[in-house]
Amino acid sequence: MTRPIYLDYMATTPVDPRVAARMAECLTRDGVFGNPASSSHSYGREASTLVENARGEVAALIGADPREIVWTSGATESNNLAIKGIAWAREDKGKHIITSRTEHKAVIDTCRWLERQGWRVTWLEPCDDGRIHAQQVANALTSDTVLVSIMHVNNEIGVINDIAAIGEICRTHGCLFHVDGAQTAGKVAINLSALPVDTMAFSAHKVYGPKGAGALFVRREPRARLEALIHGGGHERGMRSGTLATHQVVGMGEACRLAREEMTVEQPRILALRQRFQQRIGGLEDVCLNGHAEHRVAGNLNLSFGGVHGDALLTALRGLALSTGSACNSATASPSYVLRALGRDDTLANASIRFSFGRWTTEDEIDLAAELVVREVTRLRALSPLWEGSRNHCDFKRVS
Amino acid sequence: MTTVYLDHNATTPMDARVRDAMLPWFSRPANASSVHGYGHAAQEAVTRARQQVAQLVGASADEVVFTSGGTESNNLALRGLLRHRKGGVVISAVEHAAVREPTGALGRDVFTVGVRHDGTLELDDLKKYLAKAPALASIMWANNETGVVNDIPLVASLCREAGVPLHTDAVQAAGKVVVDFRRSGVSMLTLSAHKLYGPQGVGALVVDRRLTLDAQQVGGGQEGGLRGGTEPVAAIVGFGVAAELATERLQTIAEHMRALRDRLEAGLVGMPRVTVLGQGAPRLPNTVQFMVSEVNGEALLLSLDQAGFAVSSGSACASGRREPSHVLLAMGVDIQLAGGVVRVSFGAGNTEAEVDALLEALHRLLQSGSLLAGGGAMGGW
Repeated sequence: MTRPIYLDYMATTPVDPRVAARMAECLTRDGVFGNPASSSHSYGREASTLVENARGEVAALIGADPREIVWTSGATESNNLAIKGIAWAREDKGKHIITSRTEHKAVIDTCRWLERQGWRVTWLEPCDDGRIHAQQVANALTSDTVLVSIMHVNNEIGVINDIAAIGEICRTHGCLFHVDGAQTAGKVAINLSALPVDTMAFSAHKVYGPKGAGALFVRREPRARLEALIHGGGHERGMRSGTLATHQVVGMGEACRLAREEMTVEQPRILALRQRFQQRIGGLEDVCLNGHAEHRVAGNLNLSFGGVHGDALLTALRGLALSTGSACNSATASPSYVLRALGRDDTLANASIRFSFGRWTTEDEIDLAAELVVREVTRLRALSPLWEGSRNHCDFKRVS
Repeated sequence: MTTVYLDHNATTPMDARVRDAMLPWFSRPANASSVHGYGHAAQEAVTRARQQVAQLVGASADEVVFTSGGTESNNLALRGLLRHRKGGVVISAVEHAAVREPTGALGRDVFTVGVRHDGTLELDDLKKYLAKAPALASIMWANNETGVVNDIPLVASLCREAGVPLHTDAVQAAGKVVVDFRRSGVSMLTLSAHKLYGPQGVGALVVDRRLTLDAQQVGGGQEGGLRGGTEPVAAIVGFGVAAELATERLQTIAEHMRALRDRLEAGLVGMPRVTVLGQGAPRLPNTVQFMVSEVNGEALLLSLDQAGFAVSSGSACASGRREPSHVLLAMGVDIQLAGGVVRVSFGAGNTEAEVDALLEALHRLLQSGSLLAGGGAMGGW
């Protein structure tokens, strides 16, 4: 059986073979397998050297100081650490947090968790373009706001928020600004030395590194203080205890190095693929693009198909590996909360698909996928009573 | 010169079979939460690994919660349970930092059960503290420094009589001695893959599902709601294979390591100023911790490193710290006298020839007089 065409790069990415090769060197007896905390022998010191080199690579990609990088088990942990850690550390200053309805579950669930512990959370609604604007944040600030948490790149619709503008407002107000950057690395160039961001979460497996590795940027100047979530041996300057997984960290470092070196070539290539796909399906009527057309990452296209059933569409497209939104919500049959926040009704939200393209997407795959989408949508509409009734159902910008 | 690795309680080299099982998962773009074929395959692999890990410790698969490692598991157990229960926490004086630190951060009363000179629990302390209606007890299965093994089924029965749930950190015990979750009667049990020839960065908390536990890391609802975050499929698959290997070869590997340990201890007996810690107590088959009086401990470790032996003084997590081991303090070891402390922890790949070479090197070093303590007798900590 041929495997489906993988168009779900925002859910996860395959590990780059160059990354896998570096990781494989840190596993068995003939490799660097030591515990990086074992300072009494060379096995441990060699592992520690690799860990610190990798820290430098992550820092270099995002314009940070290596001492501002805390290793974690992934973006979910990074988001938990930043949001709870800051909330706890600033509890005496106030218990109000601002975030948005379009955040990833890692942020939403963490903020809900804090709500249950007595924090007040303001949930901003996205504008029609799917973005959260600085003015909305400014309007929501109160005297007891201690933290604003807004994602950089939305995982479902791919839109990019203006974190520089939001951060400025937070700086002026005196609250901390956390950014979920899980979808940032390798897609959008950032320089944290110049951005008013206090903490930012990163994930390895969204950028061709391993699952189970992530990092939290924690600004040193001005210092962002946070309480640790995981206590133990005092690793990571007390912010995150636990033996560091050398191969995982090395994998994330290498993935970030490759991203830094290749993204200026890779992103335009992926953009061209996305445009090719848009062009190929341009003949379909009643297809709405979810999220801003320009302020979005190259590899994301989130489309709502009017007049078809979501389930039928996914089944018809099973030759393509894609998702209706976040992988983390796939288990629940409910329509995307991000699209609902954008005002899509359940029927249309259900008939929405996230296409995400990446490092190994080819023109052939794009052409095959586009052909399949056009054919199947047309076929389903011909069978569907929904279709006639729903024409011009969506008044959003059509895909050109 | 190759260095002989004798620090398996810090971490173990991954078994080649574990690596081979993991490598294909690096290249598969499989988020176990995705609905497409790639995602289903990942989900199946995670399910299989869950069964393998459950089998290692006599639990059922639905009781296994995957985490990022032993430290996170301990934090989840302690903090997750305490959110639902009033009262203090009973721990032993020799717990790993991953239990002591989160316990200390909770702001609850901490009742510390002492240990005897050989490292075994003061059971009278335990009974006394269990009578104070604590929220939970956390007593490790085996100590990472001395290798002393606690009688966890006994501890669990005392806890059960007192109506106190027991958590045990079995990170060092699993794969070295028989660990049976169900039969032991514990409520929660912590495991780490990299201590049993699996990958670093993955562990598990085995949880009796009758307990109400609060997730500490939320977002996405994975692991039955107890631990949010995309599952690290490759690492989990590696953990599963490592657990299966550990189940299969527990007896043979334990016998192999015990023979090496006994050989080392037989050689140490004849050395002046050398005392094996915890000797006489039930211990892990692979661990020997000994102290050498009247030497500069730091110089001793350094010399062993230079002579090609990778050992440690105790916990790797405390390697960077120059403070006395809380384990030895709790055992009443005279720190001034202790001078140097060395922990040798054997693994599946060590040989008799390596033991003999270590003994020879120690003999030479201790005879040379170059390690004699000058100023700070605490140097080795």
